[in-house]
Amino acid sequence: MSAQTIDSQGNALTYATIERDAGLRAALDMTRPDIIDAVSQSGLKGRGGAGFPTGMKWNFCAAEKGDLKYIICNADEGEPGTFKDRVILSRFADLVLEGMTIGGRAIGATLGIVYLRAEYTYLRPHLNEVIKERRKRGVLGTSIMGVEGFDFDIIVAMGAGAYVCGEETALIESLEGFRGEPRNRPPFPAVAGLLNNPTVVNNVETLASVAAIFAKGVDWFKAFGTDKSTGYKLFSVSGDCEKPGVYEFPWGITVAALLEEVGGEGAKAVQIGGASGVCVPAREFARRLAFEDIPTGGSVMVIGPQRDMLDVAENFLEFFVEESCGQCTPCRLGNPQMLKAVKLLKEGACPPKFLADVKALGQTMMVASKCGLGQTSPSAFLSILEHFGDEIHDRAPSA
Amino acid sequence: MSHPTTPIHRAPLSQQHRRVIPTTSPDAIGAQVTVTINGVEAKVPFGATILEAARSVGVQIPTLCDHPDLNVAGVCRMCVVEVEGQRLLQPACTFPVVNQMKVNTHTRKVRQARRHVLQLLLSEHFGECTSCVRNGNCELQSLAEEYGINDFAFGHPEEPLVAEDHSSYSVMRDMNKCIRCRRCVRTCIDIQEVGVLEAIGRSDRVSIETYEDRPLGSVVCINCGQCVNRCPVGALYAKDETDAVWAAIDDPEKHVVIQTAPAPRSAMGELFGLEPGTPVTFEMNTALRRAGFDHVFDTNFSADLTIMEEGTELILRLYKALVLGHKDVALPQFTSCSPGWVKFLEHFYPEYLPNASSAKSPQQMFGALIKTYYAEKLGLDPGNIVSVALMPCSAKKFECNRPEMHDSGYQDVDYGLTTRELGKMFKEAGLHVPSLPKSDFDDPFGTATGSGVIFGATGGVMESALRTVIELVTGEKVESIYDHGDIVPVRGFDGVRYAEITVPKVGPVPEILAHLVPDWEWLNGATLKVAVAHGTANAKKVMDDIKAGGKFSECHFIEFMACPGGCLGGGGQPIPTNAAIRAARAKAIYAEDHAYSVRKSYENPAVARTYAEFLTDGPGGHKAHKLLHTEYTARGRHIPQE
Ligand SMILES: Cc1cc2nc3c(=O)[nH]c(=O)nc-3n(C[C@H](O)[C@H](O)[C@H](O)COP(=O)(O)O)c2cc1C
Ligand code: SF4
Ligand code: SF4
Ligand code: SF4
Ligand code: SF4
Ligand code: FES
Repeated sequence: MSAQTIDSQGNALTYATIERDAGLRAALDMTRPDIIDAVSQSGLKGRGGAGFPTGMKWNFCAAEKGDLKYIICNADEGEPGTFKDRVILSRFADLVLEGMTIGGRAIGATLGIVYLRAEYTYLRPHLNEVIKERRKRGVLGTSIMGVEGFDFDIIVAMGAGAYVCGEETALIESLEGFRGEPRNRPPFPAVAGLLNNPTVVNNVETLASVAAIFAKGVDWFKAFGTDKSTGYKLFSVSGDCEKPGVYEFPWGITVAALLEEVGGEGAKAVQIGGASGVCVPAREFARRLAFEDIPTGGSVMVIGPQRDMLDVAENFLEFFVEESCGQCTPCRLGNPQMLKAVKLLKEGACPPKFLADVKALGQTMMVASKCGLGQTSPSAFLSILEHFGDEIHDRAPSA
Repeated sequence: MSHPTTPIHRAPLSQQHRRVIPTTSPDAIGAQVTVTINGVEAKVPFGATILEAARSVGVQIPTLCDHPDLNVAGVCRMCVVEVEGQRLLQPACTFPVVNQMKVNTHTRKVRQARRHVLQLLLSEHFGECTSCVRNGNCELQSLAEEYGINDFAFGHPEEPLVAEDHSSYSVMRDMNKCIRCRRCVRTCIDIQEVGVLEAIGRSDRVSIETYEDRPLGSVVCINCGQCVNRCPVGALYAKDETDAVWAAIDDPEKHVVIQTAPAPRSAMGELFGLEPGTPVTFEMNTALRRAGFDHVFDTNFSADLTIMEEGTELILRLYKALVLGHKDVALPQFTSCSPGWVKFLEHFYPEYLPNASSAKSPQQMFGALIKTYYAEKLGLDPGNIVSVALMPCSAKKFECNRPEMHDSGYQDVDYGLTTRELGKMFKEAGLHVPSLPKSDFDDPFGTATGSGVIFGATGGVMESALRTVIELVTGEKVESIYDHGDIVPVRGFDGVRYAEITVPKVGPVPEILAHLVPDWEWLNGATLKVAVAHGTANAKKVMDDIKAGGKFSECHFIEFMACPGGCLGGGGQPIPTNAAIRAARAKAIYAEDHAYSVRKSYENPAVARTYAEFLTDGPGGHKAHKLLHTEYTARGRHIPQE
């Protein structure tokens, strides 16, 4: 699917109604602690997948001493089936940069960096154009909007195509010019991030939401969603449905309701959260997309009745075997074992002991891997094994 | 707005400390925290890791990628533990404790995870313990035993996946055994700043490679073997030449002699279960004879000779620069007895090769004399002499093989054995070194001085040179200036040390140097500026400072050793290594120095005899130059592909 079609499909997006610069203006009338407080009050949680409360993250970073701090916009969007950040960047870049500027004000950063996925290189001139224009307008640069001492600028840095570089500490390593490999945490980036300085890393959508929150108010934002998952969220919908595209829904929508909206009612399962997410079978379609039920960075892959679930698992595991940074043992060597099990299952030739060993290994990977990649890579396969046992085990052994 | 530029250093800045500080709050620095490990309370300094806390109460946690000399990595996941209240297991080696933390180190989940880690590692580990250099001293092997690995749940390779790399004279690589712990990578970058090895590729395709995967023998590797000393398994090992040495011993035609360097003698005991720092010098002499070596010599003899030649060279350089006003004299003079350092200089600072002393290392001086002076004296055919050197060092193997090291007309030193190799030979010959009677070194090079012994520790060459220079110049006993003649400012383990030594008075020029300088007046009251650096990362600091015209460019003489701790931490020494072990070895070396009655090189009677009988035109003279000095090759960093 080309950029044009996918960017223009879906439903109407609230971001289109947000007046640019309004949020920044409102934020600059507040003290820095009050800005962070407002973000905390809004209940905003990170839209990049992990769902960490944004206000809390900013607070940690603001509490650190030091003149050099950074705010990084994570635009690496590498999760299979995710393309909502691309839509935001191409249509609402101003809001993202504005969110960064508000964040920079809040934590005391002087530089913002957009870490842009290599495949999105075509967006780079556009982003640079918007940045230039913002500088001209006085909403980037020195004494922003006339506020004495508030100096903040933004640059765009390019990724090089590794999925793992979306993980915030690998992203920082990559920015420093090293192999994109996740770091040990703690220390967290908010304490020791880019070049050892306190650094906030936020997802594109998180930052756009920040701009919206300040433009329209905390209460406006909280009116969307559930108690624990406030606001609205963009979903990248793909797979076996009639109307794939980027959709906005308030948090708390059921899987069934979403499927109805996108024309995917006949699905036998939905993979939520991309390759690293979970596979939800049809009998659980009443569950909600929300941090308290099915948390997600926004990828929804509809799996039609004709699909072989082992193909689905194989596809994801091939992705992880390709993309693991290869640093830690459970992920480096565990994913290939998972993949081997899937292939054996497909042939109807997986010895029961091996399957049991691999399932146990999956549990180890989820708790002993160094970063989110290895901690989540077995989950799709394990949920498919759990929910589609009949389909898998009834297979005749190949001759 | 100025932002720092990207550091060249590989380790993430946030992880360059051994200690992981989870907050920068100054109130917390120096504070104590109380944690519970398996129900036992531990009080540790703020910032300590779970691993450190556990050790403090006697709880062992298995590790593989962790090494006390290196930055934390947190990659093997062998050390994972359960922290109450957390879903994820946490790596004990990197995770800092906080107050009231409750840790369980051996729960079912944890044991399961560790077993999985081991089984996964074994799934790509091709190797047979019975035919492996690290059999009995392998961290993977012992953990597999501890964790009762009794099957290969995830498979086990039946044949090698990659060819071994035997291209280097010093360091062999068998990547079939590599567990990707990256201790070698961190060693080569963090400790040595050479950066030969790097993890290449992703996922299960990660491998530890050189630049463009070229053979180790044709990249900038300095052969220091520090990576070997820190590899937990048999993936890296020093070249083994014991078979060739046995063959020479077994050949009745050959006259096999061995010189032994001081550092191995302070460490050999470790291979026989003795505490580090238990010297076995004289027991080893007996073992060597019983193993079949015809004569056993002490490298200290040629260390003393090195001091004479190198010291003379320094005096001459200073004289030319300060008195004769020559502009082209290269100062500071650098020591050149560490072949790892020499290769480092050749690759990374070739423009400073004129600063390196042209004096050969003690090993090579001895080698050149054995096949000339010694052969003549004993009426032996030098072609039948097999000259072996026991060294703490893997780079010495490379050094023996340098094409310029043939000044005797033969390869001056045939084999450089490491401490580990000789230990193996002793075991094979049934020689339990600690229980053997003591015996002395053989003549004609028998008597050594303490100055030679301390060559084995960082600062030792400097101290020896200073002892000799001070006495030659002042005509006074060095003991009258320094207690016991110990020049303490140049001792210790700080990576870089700087000292200023004032020449309090001058005496008459001694006979042995009379042909070189007319008097010492020009040194009266002068201040000698000297420095010591060990580990090439530290050497690099000094070199960069010199290049920038900093304080070290004002020095007169600098001792450089490639290995941390000097030779006692050499790449051929017993494994494991850590700061405590190196300190214990250093203690043994300084104790041996104190035991010598003659502690200044120029007083060594064998040295005096050699000049009198053989190198008759004295230190720095023509004959000495032919046999005891050498030249270097500007290699640079860009090595053309073969
Ligand atoms: C393997 C992996 C890939 C990730 N990729 C992305 C990504 O492409 N974009 C993103 O925003 N977050 C990604 N994350 C999450 C980030 O580590 C981080 O949590 C996020 O950028 C924080 O922003 P937020 O709090 O605004 O969500 C990834 C995490 C992992 C473990
Ligand atoms: S979990 Fe995978 S991607 Fe993450 S650090 Fe480990 S090997 Fe790298
Ligand atoms: S490296 Fe260790 S485990 Fe492997 S073969 Fe050698 S001794 Fe055995
Ligand atoms: S021998 Fe020394 S220089 Fe060579 S790879 Fe090992 S650590 Fe690096
Ligand atoms: S060669 Fe040795 S030290 Fe290097 S990664 Fe492999 S096992 Fe670790
Ligand atoms: S020893 Fe802790 S992760 Fe390797």
